[in-house]
Amino acid sequence: MSIALLAGPPGAQGMEDLAAHQHRLGALPSPRALIDSIERSSLRGKGGAGFPVATKWRSVASQPGGTPVVLANGGEGEPLSRKDRMLMEQRPHLVIDGAMLAAGAVGADEIVLYVGADHVGAIQAMHRAMTERPASERARLRLVSAPVRYVSGEETAAVHFINDGIALPTSIPPRPFERGIDGRPTLIQNVETLAHVALIARFGDEWFRSLGTGNASGTTLVTVGGAVPQTVLIEIPQGMALADAVNAAGGITSDSEAVLLGGYFGGWVESTAAWGLPLDADALRQLGYSLGCGVIAVLPSGRCGVIETARILAYLAHESARQCGPCTFGLRAISASAGRVAALASTPGDLEHIQRWAGLLAGRGACRHPDGAAGLLASALRIFAGEFQLHEHDRRCGVVGAVAAAS
Amino acid sequence: MSDRYTLAIDRIKCDGHGVCADLVPEMIELDDWGYPIIRAGAIPPSVLPHARRAVSGCPTLALRLQRLAVARR
Repeated sequence: MSIALLAGPPGAQGMEDLAAHQHRLGALPSPRALIDSIERSSLRGKGGAGFPVATKWRSVASQPGGTPVVLANGGEGEPLSRKDRMLMEQRPHLVIDGAMLAAGAVGADEIVLYVGADHVGAIQAMHRAMTERPASERARLRLVSAPVRYVSGEETAAVHFINDGIALPTSIPPRPFERGIDGRPTLIQNVETLAHVALIARFGDEWFRSLGTGNASGTTLVTVGGAVPQTVLIEIPQGMALADAVNAAGGITSDSEAVLLGGYFGGWVESTAAWGLPLDADALRQLGYSLGCGVIAVLPSGRCGVIETARILAYLAHESARQCGPCTFGLRAISASAGRVAALASTPGDLEHIQRWAGLLAGRGACRHPDGAAGLLASALRIFAGEFQLHEHDRRCGVVGAVAAAS
Repeated sequence: MSDRYTLAIDRIKCDGHGVCADLVPEMIELDDWGYPIIRAGAIPPSVLPHARRAVSGCPTLALRLQRLAVARR
């Protein structure tokens, strides 16, 4: 299987230091026309939204309004994801290389490494990696721990925190690429994305494209959890079938009705449809799914999709920044109704309400927190339609023991 | 040619007073919690004056007119 980011010493050995990194991959190159090469590579952002990387870099590079800043986003607030923290723990120099290359390409003179405060191993590795870099590079690098909160990694929240110490989203416009850190154009890129850039700069876009399966390009990191022996991080060629990725993670440990693809901002997919899906951001988007931040969570037998969905909605309602009405009150109401349905204690109208509310939230917050929750809920209402009916009308759960286990 | 507009809301500023839905019901309805839902598409010319009044009447200055991108012919 093609690996790129995680090639080299096994992850269990911890971080690859600068000497080993440079011995294996050579010094940091300074390629000409890197943005063109990234464009040909078809690299997309790995933070969840999947925006084309070259397009973003060009926007930042051509912005008026001061010298740009690069923010390497390792906030990773998604509870089911491990990829960013493990990448930073094992290959911090790939991330820093990518950030240096990004700074060079967009004309930035400062790089902020933004790492979730609870990702202690990642912070330690990034810090040590920084101290190993030459003084000229070190002077441009700043490590910032991000508050432990789901929205901390959201772009405007990251900028807000670095500017004012408040990790909450702000209204757009301005978008960070227009006016971000210190009011300057700011390139925000997920740490995995930057690590891919470090390799594309060394080996070229053709090499990167060749790593994918079929028409898909490159590799991608995925976190596989749920009904597998243990939650693992694996690197797969993009385009690999979901079933093959699950098998690479040790295979399923029980029958499974559904897979949560893309994490809490992703959606449920029936297993029968899920196994054959190509794990490629572009292909999935065309099929109406999202790879999100690369989470594959296999619902184990004995777990009820309605209960799991209600649990996630409760989490997302709690994690709302509570700045925008539709998110604050809408998610709270959805979570309360879904919780009652899950617990076989629905009041009249609960299911009807959440069906209606699921369609009312998208695009109605400063950030996309309500959109993510609504998308997850809509997929659950589709995939677990029968189970929702059973919970509300018959007041029973089709999964033996699931309600008792959840309460 | 005349410009086409829609309404945009700063969701953080909006406190759900609901004045906008009173002033320009053709474009805005309120959700179950009193927060505005904006109708998609351009504001009809006959409604534009009401929309402007809603913008200037918003107690939190959260509402604004936004020019829609028009395809050049």
